[in-house]
Amino acid sequence: MKTRKRKNRLPALAQAGPVSVWMVLFVTVPMLFIIYISFMTRGTFGGVEYKFSTASYQTLLNVMYFKVIAKSFKVAAFTTVLCLILGYPFAYYIARKPPEKAGKLIMLIMIPFWTNSLMRLNAWMLLFQTKGPVNNLLLALGLISAPKTFIYTDWLVTLGLITSMLPFAILPMYSSIEKLQKSMLEASADLGAPPAKTFWRVTLPLTFPGIFSAIILTFIPALGIYTVTDMLGGGKVLYIGNIIKNQFGVIRNWPLGAVCSCCCWPSPRFSSSSTPGFPRSRTWR
Amino acid sequence: MEKNKKLRRQKTVRFFGDFYAVLMYAVFYIPVAVMIVFSFNDAPRNYYWQGFTTGWYAKLFSFANTSLISALWYSLVIAILATVISVVIGVLGGIGLRKFKFVGKQFINMNIYVPIIVPEIVLAVAMLIIFMTLGVKLGMGTILIGHCTFCIPYAVVTIKGRISGDNETLQEASMDLGANRLQTFFRITIPSIMPGILSAAFLSFTLSIDDVVMSNMLAGARQSTLPVLILSMNRTGITPDTNALTTVMIAVMVLGLLCVNAVQKHRQKKEAAAIAESEAAISAARSNV
Repeated sequence: MKTRKRKNRLPALAQAGPVSVWMVLFVTVPMLFIIYISFMTRGTFGGVEYKFSTASYQTLLNVMYFKVIAKSFKVAAFTTVLCLILGYPFAYYIARKPPEKAGKLIMLIMIPFWTNSLMRLNAWMLLFQTKGPVNNLLLALGLISAPKTFIYTDWLVTLGLITSMLPFAILPMYSSIEKLQKSMLEASADLGAPPAKTFWRVTLPLTFPGIFSAIILTFIPALGIYTVTDMLGGGKVLYIGNIIKNQFGVIRNWPLGAVCSCCCWPSPRFSSSSTPGFPRSRTWR
Repeated sequence: MEKNKKLRRQKTVRFFGDFYAVLMYAVFYIPVAVMIVFSFNDAPRNYYWQGFTTGWYAKLFSFANTSLISALWYSLVIAILATVISVVIGVLGGIGLRKFKFVGKQFINMNIYVPIIVPEIVLAVAMLIIFMTLGVKLGMGTILIGHCTFCIPYAVVTIKGRISGDNETLQEASMDLGANRLQTFFRITIPSIMPGILSAAFLSFTLSIDDVVMSNMLAGARQSTLPVLILSMNRTGITPDTNALTTVMIAVMVLGLLCVNAVQKHRQKKEAAAIAESEAAISAARSNV
């Protein structure tokens, strides 16, 4: 037994070694260091002075920052809820198709996402310009009397967020609905439950793992993503991602940036309990 | 009568389902269509539609826009290198973390999920601080490290999902038959998880080539990747030849997908034929006995 164990050491080192070293060097160490930095003092010319202080955390309570952070969380939550509401029926629709066809339909969702994400966001911008197609259409239909300003508003940013995040909500929900056994639904119906009750008491609880990973996979990126606000908000709409980015770019207040970063960590419990629903369906294997 | 009513209800449900699906696909495909349409726009910067031209494609293929082309090459080189590194480390890691028990395995597993569930900007900023503090010069190397750090976890997760109990039985059989570890690894383990490896590679490539946040944070002053260039162009309006370039890129990817599908179908047919043949041979042999 002991020799077997020793024999295993070399291949174990060769196989699990590189990934372990990489993760410790480039994930654990930086993440711990950023917590450390968040408790340091801001240097006079930017950067960090290594002196303990909680000043950055106090800045966070400043009304302006607090408002931005609260708004980021609100928008991210709104995006997540809409993605779930829009995505669940669609995932259900695909999962009820025969496997061959479902695979194709999933592929059809993925293809648009191979185009550059910024160019897709830019396309929304082009559509919603003040003298653009959408305004022209609304004017022609007589729904509005003067062109509306859509660009650089929270409204368009939210649209951009939803359209960017939707597939990440659909895929995990699809893979858990797909696993749902039809016999369960039939049993529920046979026992006299109306369809709505079957949905609430059987379908929804059984597909909850997919919903949970959909929440994680949409809420957290939606919280931090600054490209959407940059592209569609034109610098007028600021979320937490922009604030973090600015602290390391123009403003050069590292400790504050570090504090903001620590704000959008999910609790570490998530990382072990949820295996973020990377869709384990045919299309991904 | 009752049955008729039920049938009609089913029909309306199906109709609404199809209608909803079409609507959703429209939401996904409208931006792509708009992006493609605006690659034919006869205007120096894309704001409004001003007429049809194919001139931007001519400009693209004459390689006149050097900043765009060099950004594309830079992105491609980084994406290819990131894919190779992530797949090698990810495949080894996926197998190793599945197969072996060691101290701190739980910790490594937890770390692997960090890049997936933490906003990218947080990881990017954390790495930036480390690099700046250590005085590492920002550039291609740092971008590459950043990209690998979020590609490796996806590769590991994909590979882990692919390995099943069968693989272990096969490996043991191979060793029992006298193959050494390396032979077993290259001739049994790798082929059996090949589809997983391919999708990990594909995923890493698409993640890397489309990445903005990490590249933007960890890039040096000299060269930027294509997405970072597009982000900086956004302030002054995006030039239509960028649309032309991204249109060409998506066309190449879709063509590649179609080719892979065709090859797979061909192979499946061949395999099915081979299985049918061997079954026929077996039944023939049986009937002879």
